[in-house]
Amino acid sequence: MLNRLLSNDYPRSKVLAVILVAIFIGLALAPFLFPGVKALSVAAKVLIFVVLVASFDLLLGYTGIVSFAHTMFFGIGAYGIAVATTRMGPTWSALAVGLGGALSLSLLLSLAVGLFSLRVRAIFFAMITLAVAAAFQTLASQLSDITGGEDGLSFKVPEILSPSFEPFDEPFLGVTLDGRLLCYYLLFVLAVVLVLALLRVVNSPFGRVLQAIRENEFRAEAIGYRVVVYRTTSSVLSALFATMAGAMLALWLRYNGPDTSLSFEIMMDCLLIVVIGGIGTIYGSAIGAVLFVVAQSYLQDLLRVGSEAAASLPWLSALLSPDRWLLWLGLLFVLSVYYFPTGVVGRLRSPRASR
Amino acid sequence: MNLRDVDWKPLALVPLLAVLVLPLIGSPSTWLTLTVAGLAMGMIIFIIASGLTLVFGLMDVLNFGHGLFIALGAFVATSVLGAMGDYTQSGAMWRNLLAVLSAMAVAMAVAGAVGLAFERFIVRPVYGQHLKQILITMGGMIIGEELIKVVWGPQQIALPMPEGMRGSLLLGDAAIEKYRLIAVAVGLVVFALLAWTLARTKVGLLIRAGVQDREMVESLGYRIRRLFVGVFVVGSALAGLGGVMWGLYQQSVVPQMGAQVNVLIFIVIIIGGLGSTGGALIGALLVGLMANYTGFLAPKVALFSNIALMVAVLLWRPQGVYPVTNR
Repeated sequence: MLNRLLSNDYPRSKVLAVILVAIFIGLALAPFLFPGVKALSVAAKVLIFVVLVASFDLLLGYTGIVSFAHTMFFGIGAYGIAVATTRMGPTWSALAVGLGGALSLSLLLSLAVGLFSLRVRAIFFAMITLAVAAAFQTLASQLSDITGGEDGLSFKVPEILSPSFEPFDEPFLGVTLDGRLLCYYLLFVLAVVLVLALLRVVNSPFGRVLQAIRENEFRAEAIGYRVVVYRTTSSVLSALFATMAGAMLALWLRYNGPDTSLSFEIMMDCLLIVVIGGIGTIYGSAIGAVLFVVAQSYLQDLLRVGSEAAASLPWLSALLSPDRWLLWLGLLFVLSVYYFPTGVVGRLRSPRASR
Repeated sequence: MNLRDVDWKPLALVPLLAVLVLPLIGSPSTWLTLTVAGLAMGMIIFIIASGLTLVFGLMDVLNFGHGLFIALGAFVATSVLGAMGDYTQSGAMWRNLLAVLSAMAVAMAVAGAVGLAFERFIVRPVYGQHLKQILITMGGMIIGEELIKVVWGPQQIALPMPEGMRGSLLLGDAAIEKYRLIAVAVGLVVFALLAWTLARTKVGLLIRAGVQDREMVESLGYRIRRLFVGVFVVGSALAGLGGVMWGLYQQSVVPQMGAQVNVLIFIVIIIGGLGSTGGALIGALLVGLMANYTGFLAPKVALFSNIALMVAVLLWRPQGVYPVTNR
């Protein structure tokens, strides 16, 4: 049973297994273990990022191609939900239409970008996706009739998922059972299903071919696999999963704008999480996402403390200002690519080999 | 080189594009203004892109952090021009030129120095690993951008043009801004210098040979890594120069400008063929013209027009207009 669920891809390290089980239980019981609005939001963000990063890892870690358009598909998913519910009202059918539309748009777009640029050269892909993503972001903020422009869209979700829905008067284990909680568990189930599906994909024969292409493109082609077809399929799949993650984000925030789902910072976050967690491991994205989102949510507070403590040295204070948190993140990123190339999972799986 | 051997078709693209849009725009004077603006913008982009394309061609290093040097150059220029206030305010052209030239010199020196450090600490450890190069240089750019925000502040800074360079010349009905002519002139000078260095000097010969076949040059006893450091520094300095010109062109600078221009540069070097200087010039001019024409005809699709241009060129020549052999 477990074997089938995990697609025969066990953590292969006791520490890793313990951490993963702890993360799973922690997220499953988050509303009860960590009460409070901020904690629940952090937990939901972890769920969304696990899916987003795992889908990015399919592309970066397993297929070995760098895409900078991943947030574009993330944004498409979020905008799909946002636009559909704004137009059609907070109904389930609106969600379905929004998700369906977003998935088909992502499918077409990723197919077009992939077929076009992966045919030419893998190295072009990074540059072309960067350009396409920049263009899409501009487009999203300019088409204000549809997307709400820079202000974005605030919308309502079906009643059962909204905070005002409270079926029981009595709190359960000290937590009020409201729509927000239901929404969290919807995200949780979605995240678990999607991550398991991704595990299935990367451990299938198809996933093995992707890894073969990553290791040696020429040899894979020589054995008889159409590299272009596999790469394109991988980028389409990864785009579809990212779209799902975007839909989850919109469902949780009940708002979407260019900065929440399309900004380049999210792309950087994805890169950082993949590198920290371990490139080419779906489990790594779960660990990375937890570490990163928790750090991000509390790093700014930490920097604020540091900045105030260093007030006597203006330049140090400026470096430590909470607005400069991206600086520290960038440093962390560069250092982890150098000294930590296999990430947490790689370290845990072979502690001796990496030393 | 025999004249008949020259591949003329890509060269014809630029005038072709300019002539094709003439009926769409209608008025010849507007067309002339737009064309000069496009050429000026293209020249500035070329200055920035030329370094990047050589770095890629010579060492197979894909530097996603190139935009950093653009922003750095522009911000240094704001400081220098700000300090030389009485030179920029004066109406005398030579004093303006002196101010702008010194701003360019300082910007190039700073960008070159930072480029040296960037090559040493960011790029060198990851030679030969494309994936890591992309990740690392991207990280390097983010760090640089944040440091610029620490030094100059995160807000937009105005970069006013010196008095003598404002205003425009009237050519019939067409108004042509003086600065655009200056930009075209500077771009031509840079192109001429680059072309001369590449075609007529020993260093240029080595660079061209290295782009074609690195291992062969190394086996002949030349240290291509040292050459590469030089190319990287010059490329960074050129990006700094381009940053000054881009800042003056936009009349304001923001820390994020590097990332914005980066997108344009990538389109340019993909169109031109990675590693090809002549291709980069053609790509830059095409992109500059396209941006100005579509900015006038259909502003909302301006960014997409460049992507469409790139798609069209790649469908015609999948390796860019001037493919570099052995890549």
